[in-house]
Amino acid sequence: MMATLAFHAPKTLDEAIALLAVDPRAIPLAGGTDLIVQLRSDRLEPSAIIDLKRIEKLSGVRRHGDGFAIGAATPCTALKEDAELAAAWPGVVEAANLIGSVQVRNRATMAGNLCNASPAADSVPALVAAGATCLVVGTGGEREVPVKDIPTGPGKTSLKPGEVVAEIRLPGRVGGEGDAYLRSIPRTEMDIAVVGAGANLAFGPDGTCTAARIAVGAVAPTVVLVNEAGEALVGTRLDDTALEKMAEAVRSACNPIDDKRGTVEYRTAMAGVLAKRVVAIARDRAGEKA
Amino acid sequence: MNAPQDKRSFRYVGTRPVRPDGVEKVTGKALYGPDFVAPNMLHGAILRSPHAHARIKSIDLRKAEALPGVKAIVTGADFPTLESLIMAVGESSSDIVHISRNCMAYDKVLYDGHAVAAVAATSGAIARQAIKLIDVEYEVLPHVLDIEEALRADAPVLHEDIFTKGVNPKPDKPSNAALRVEMAKGDLEEGFGKAAVVVSGRYTTEPVHQGYIEPHACVVSWNADGQLQIWTSSQGHFAVRSLTASVLGLSQADIRVTPLEIGGGFGGKTTIYLEPVATLLSRKSGRPVRLAMSRSEVFRASGPAPGAVIDLKMGAAEDGTLVAADIEFKYHAGAYPAITAHSGASSAIAHYKVPNSRVVGWEVLCNRPATKAYRAPGAPQVIFAVECALDELAGKLGIDPVDFRLKNAVRPGDKQFNGMPFGEIGYAECLEAAKAHPHWSAPLGPNQGRGVAGGTWGNYGGPSTAEVSVAEDGSVLVTTGSPDIGGSRASMAIMAAETLQIPYEKIRVTIADTSSIGFSMVTGGSRTTFATGKAVTDAAAEVVEILKERAARTWGVEPSEVDWRDGEAVCLAEGRTDERLPIGRIAGSAPFSGGPISAEAAINPGGYLAGYGVHICDTEVDPETGHVKILRYTAIQDVGQAIHPDYVEGQMQGGAVQGIGWALNEAYLYDKDGRLDNPGFLDYRVPVASDVPMIDTVMIEKANPDHPYGVKGVGEVPIVPPLAAVANAVTHAAGVRMADLPLTPDRVYAALRAAE
Amino acid sequence: MSKLQVSTTINGDPQEFLCDPDTTLLDALREELGLTGSKEGCGSGDCGACTVILDGKMVCSCLVLAGEAEGRQVNTIEGVAEGGELHPVQSNFLELGALQCGFCTPGFIVAAKALLDRDPNPSETEIRYWLAGNLCRCTGYDKIVRAVQDAAAELRQERTPA
Ligand SMILES: Cc1cc2nc3c(=O)[nH]c(=O)nc-3n(C[C@H](O)[C@H](O)[C@H](O)COP(=O)(O)OP(=O)(O)OC[C@H]3O[C@@H](n4cnc5c(N)ncnc54)[C@H](O)[C@@H]3O)c2cc1C
Ligand code: FES
Ligand code: FES
Repeated sequence: MMATLAFHAPKTLDEAIALLAVDPRAIPLAGGTDLIVQLRSDRLEPSAIIDLKRIEKLSGVRRHGDGFAIGAATPCTALKEDAELAAAWPGVVEAANLIGSVQVRNRATMAGNLCNASPAADSVPALVAAGATCLVVGTGGEREVPVKDIPTGPGKTSLKPGEVVAEIRLPGRVGGEGDAYLRSIPRTEMDIAVVGAGANLAFGPDGTCTAARIAVGAVAPTVVLVNEAGEALVGTRLDDTALEKMAEAVRSACNPIDDKRGTVEYRTAMAGVLAKRVVAIARDRAGEKA
Repeated sequence: MNAPQDKRSFRYVGTRPVRPDGVEKVTGKALYGPDFVAPNMLHGAILRSPHAHARIKSIDLRKAEALPGVKAIVTGADFPTLESLIMAVGESSSDIVHISRNCMAYDKVLYDGHAVAAVAATSGAIARQAIKLIDVEYEVLPHVLDIEEALRADAPVLHEDIFTKGVNPKPDKPSNAALRVEMAKGDLEEGFGKAAVVVSGRYTTEPVHQGYIEPHACVVSWNADGQLQIWTSSQGHFAVRSLTASVLGLSQADIRVTPLEIGGGFGGKTTIYLEPVATLLSRKSGRPVRLAMSRSEVFRASGPAPGAVIDLKMGAAEDGTLVAADIEFKYHAGAYPAITAHSGASSAIAHYKVPNSRVVGWEVLCNRPATKAYRAPGAPQVIFAVECALDELAGKLGIDPVDFRLKNAVRPGDKQFNGMPFGEIGYAECLEAAKAHPHWSAPLGPNQGRGVAGGTWGNYGGPSTAEVSVAEDGSVLVTTGSPDIGGSRASMAIMAAETLQIPYEKIRVTIADTSSIGFSMVTGGSRTTFATGKAVTDAAAEVVEILKERAARTWGVEPSEVDWRDGEAVCLAEGRTDERLPIGRIAGSAPFSGGPISAEAAINPGGYLAGYGVHICDTEVDPETGHVKILRYTAIQDVGQAIHPDYVEGQMQGGAVQGIGWALNEAYLYDKDGRLDNPGFLDYRVPVASDVPMIDTVMIEKANPDHPYGVKGVGEVPIVPPLAAVANAVTHAAGVRMADLPLTPDRVYAALRAAE
Repeated sequence: MSKLQVSTTINGDPQEFLCDPDTTLLDALREELGLTGSKEGCGSGDCGACTVILDGKMVCSCLVLAGEAEGRQVNTIEGVAEGGELHPVQSNFLELGALQCGFCTPGFIVAAKALLDRDPNPSETEIRYWLAGNLCRCTGYDKIVRAVQDAAAELRQERTPA
C-alpha cells in the first residue's frame, strides 16, 4: 500500500494524458480486472490511478471509415451489443467474451487485456489475426500501431511512459471473410488460456483462400502471428495437406513454458489442434457471408 | 421411542419446509465469520513464511512496533510452552503442541504460509503495512513435498522428535513416516491362490482443499480479569473453546465462544488457526481484535485433504467372488501428524466381503500445510483405487460391474472387521437401485464412457446437548450447540415438531454460545442430524411428558390417564374423554402448574450406522485435446430416513460435485522452492456451474432402527464414490486406464497418446 | 494517504463516505457502510460472492475501487427484497433449498436477478454460463439452477397480464 496513492477520474483524454505525464508512477485504469488484483497483491505499487472510464470518447464502438473503432474503456460485454461489430468480427467479439465471468466482462476491456500484456490474453490473438491496430496517444501526439506490436513480453509493452491506447481499430469487412478464436482451458469458464488460437481468413469466389492470418497465444512470451501458417493456406481450398502444413507451422512457432497451466508438449500440440479448429470455423463463417 | 417408525405415519419428517434461518440468508442479513464487528475493534494481519522449510534465526519487530497505529505484535515466543497432549479435533485428534505450533511457528517454519508473527493495528491497511516491516532472518532448509521422497532415508526430516507410531519396535531414528496402521485378516497367500483373476496397480491422488467459500475469521475480546469472548464461524465452537484454552493455558469457563453463521466447512473448520493468535493480540492491546484470512491464506495455511499413493492387488474367483486384497496406501500428513490413515484403512474395503485382506496405511510428513478432515476423511483416496480395481476385475471376468459389486457387497448380518455383525445397512439396495436406474442402461455415443463406483463411510455419533423449552404461548424454542452448515436447524425443528406434534412453524431453533448450553461435539462426520437430532428428540419427548403431567394436574387425573395427540393433551379418564388441553393453554398457566416447561438432553448416543452410496457417471473425452465433459451423473445413497429431503439431496449433490472437482481438476501445485503456485480460485479449479450437469439423486430410505426417526448420517458418503466413478467413466471413454488424479486435459491427452 | 470523499446512490438512497483511494467498493460497503450482505470469498474476482449491480451491470465489487462509484448507482443484496417482500429469486431459493451454508447466496441472488431482468426465459445452459463466475461449494449447483428456472417461470407469469 502506498502512502501517497491518488485517484483521478478525468473527463477528457487530454486531462488523463496530462496527469500521466506529470507522474511517471501514475497508471491508467480501465476495467481494473487486472489492475486491482495486482494492486491488492502488492504486485503493483502506483502513485496515482487514472480512471479512463469517465472520458466519453473512450467508451463505446464507433464506425471508423469502413471499419470500427472501439473506445479503450469499452467493456467486453458491450461489444456483443453492437450487432454490426458482432456480425463483422465474431471471432474478436467472442474472444473478448471468453474473459473471466459475466461480472468480469462487464468491466474488462480489450485495451486492458492488451496493455496488461499477458501472453495468455484472450482477445489479443483474435485482434492480431484480424490485423487490428490501435490508436496510441501521449504528450507527443498520436500514432497508429498494429496491435501485434504493443506487447513485447510478459507484462511489458512498447507504450512509452505516459502513453495510453485510446482505441482499437478493426478494418471493414467484405464478403468471403471470417474470423474465429478458441482457447483450451481445463474448466468451461473462469480459466486463463492454456493455449489460444485466432484465425482470420478470406476466400475468393471459387473457395480458394486468398488471405489468412493465424495467431496463437500462451505459447510464447507474446502472442505470435504465424506467417508460415497463413501462407500454407493461401492459394489452397483448405485441403487436409494444407491444414496439416498450417498446423505444423503453428507448432513450430511455439516456444512455450512449462507452468502450472500446462506443459510444453501439451501447449504445442494444442496450438496445432486449435488452429485447425479455428480455421474450420472461420471458413464456415466466410462461407455464410460469401 | 426406539422402534423404527413407518415413514407414512410421519407428519413432518420427510417434508420440505423452508428452513427457519432461510430469509436471513437470502437477504444478506445473516452474520458470518468475517461480518462481525466489535466496538473499538482492532484489525489484525499475519506474517507468513515464504519458505517451505526454514529455521527462524531472529525476528526484529522494531520497525513494525514504531509504525503509528500498531497496537500489539505477537510471535511464537508469546505462546506458552506446552506438554504433549493428544486432544480431540473433530472426529480425529492432534497433539496440542502441534496445534499451537501450527497457529504460530516458533523455531522452525514447516510450510509456505506458516504463521510467523501477527500484528493488531487501528486499520487493516496499517496492520498489513506493519507485517511487511517485520524482519525475519531465516536459515532456509531443504524441503520435501512428495510422499515417496519424504520417505527416503536422505530426506529432510521435519520433526526430530517424531518416530513412526504403529511399528514395533519403535524406530531408533526420527523420520517423516509419522504413523503406520495395519488391518489384516485371513491368509493372503491362500486367498490369491484361489483367484482366477488378479489385478494390481498404483493409483495416485493430489492434495485437495475443502474450498469453503467463507475464509476463516474471528473476533476476540479479552478482558483484564482473564475472561474473554470469541466470535467465530466454525464447525464446533466447543472445540474452539477447548483448543484455545489448551493452547493458551486458560480455563474453559473463562472463554465464551459465540458461533457466527458458517460459510462452509466440510471438515476444514473443525480446528483452530486464528483464535489463539487473536486472543494474544487482544490481551496485549486490551482491545477486541479481528483476524481474517485472505483466500490465499486459506489455501496456504489451512488444512487440505491428503494426496495419496496407493498400491494395490486384488483377486477374484471365476464366479466373481472377491478372494483377496492387499492394499498399501500412503497419505500426506502435511507439516504435522494427522490420523486420516486410520479411517482410510477402516473404510478401504469395508463395503465388501473380502475373506483375506491386508490394508496398510501410512501418514507421511512433508512441507505442506497440516492436512485436515475433508468429508469422509481418508476414505475417498483409497476407495478410489479399490473401485477402479473392481472395475478392472469385473472387466476381466466379463461380469457387469454393478453385478460384481452386488455379489460382494456387505449386507446386514455380515461380519464387520471387528467381528460384530452389520446392522440395517443398505449398500445392496443402492446397487440394486443403480442397476434398475435408466441411467445405467442408457445408450452412449462415440468417445463416451460410463463409470460406476461405490463407497462407504462409518458415520458417527458423539456427544450433544439440546434444550427444548415452551414459551408462554405454546411456541417452542429448541437450543443446540451444533452449528448449522447445511440446513440442520430445519431438521431439528422437524424432529421437534414430529415429537411434540405441533406445527413446524411454531418451533424456532437457536445455536447457543458455549456459555448458554452444554457441550456438543463438532458438526462433522455426519453426526449432527443423528446425535444432536436425538438429543432434540429426547428433550422434546421429555417436554411431552411434562405437558402431560401438567394437564393431569389441571384435570386432577393420573399422568397415565393423559395422552398427547396433535399438540394437545387428551384426557383418557372415564367420562372425560372429550377434554383437551392444547400446548398453548398448558404453557400459559405453567407458572401455576409447576413452573416453566423445559427439558434438556445431554447424550452420547450409540447406534449410528455406516452409510453407502453408488454413483454413475457418463463422460465424453475429446480425443484430440483430452478434455473431459461430464454428461450425466446419478448419485444413489442409503440415507436412512431423510428428515428434510431437500438438504439430504443437497448433501449428495454437493458431495458429488466436490468429488468431480477432485477427480478432474483440483490439485495443490507447488513451485520448485516449495511455494504454493495456485493459492486462489482461478488456478485451484473447483467446478463452476457450467462444468457440471444436474446431479440426479436417488435416496434409499432404509431407516436406522436405533434412531427415533431412522437417521443415518448423509454428509460424508457422497464424496467417496465420485473419484472412481469419474475415473472409470473416463477410462471407458478413452480406452486407457486412468489411475492418476486429477484427470486434467493434459494428463488425459498424454495417456491417450501413450496408448496409441 | 488523503481520503477520498465519495457520493453515490446505494439501493436507491444517497450515501456519502470517506475511503482510502485503494479501498475497494466491497470494503467500503462492508466496512464503511455496514452492508455485510455482499461477501468476500476471494477478493480477486474469482468467486462472485461480492456481486453487486453497478449502473445496471453486475460486477465483482472486490474489483471496483470505491472511488469509481462516485455519482453511480449501486445495488446490493440488501436492496433485492422490496420492503418486506422477497424477490421471486429469493423465495425460490428458499423453496428449493438452493442454499446450504448460504455464504455464496447473496452473490448468486444478485447475479440471478440480473439475468432474469434481461432474459425472462434462459435455458439451463445459459443459466449455468451466466452463473459461472459465482462459486458454490455446497450445493453442486443443481438446486440453484432449478431455483433460477422456477423464479423465471414465476416472473413470466407475473409479467403476463391476466
Ligand atoms: C476472475 C478473472 C478472470 C479472468 N479471466 C481472463 C481470461 O479468461 N482471459 C483473459 O485474457 N484475461 C482474463 N482475466 C484478466 C483480465 O480480466 C483481462 O486481462 C482484462 O481484459 C483486463 O482489462 P481491464 O480493462 O480490466 O484492464 P485493467 O485492469 O484496467 O488494466 C490492465 C493493465 O493495462 C493498463 N491499461 C488499461 N487500459 C489501458 C489503456 N487504455 N492504455 C494503456 N494502458 C492501459 C493498466 O494500467 C493495467 O496495467 C481475468 C481476470 C479475472 C479477475
Ligand atoms: S470476493 Fe469478489 S469475486 Fe470473490
Ligand atoms: S451454499 Fe455454501 S457455498 Fe453455496
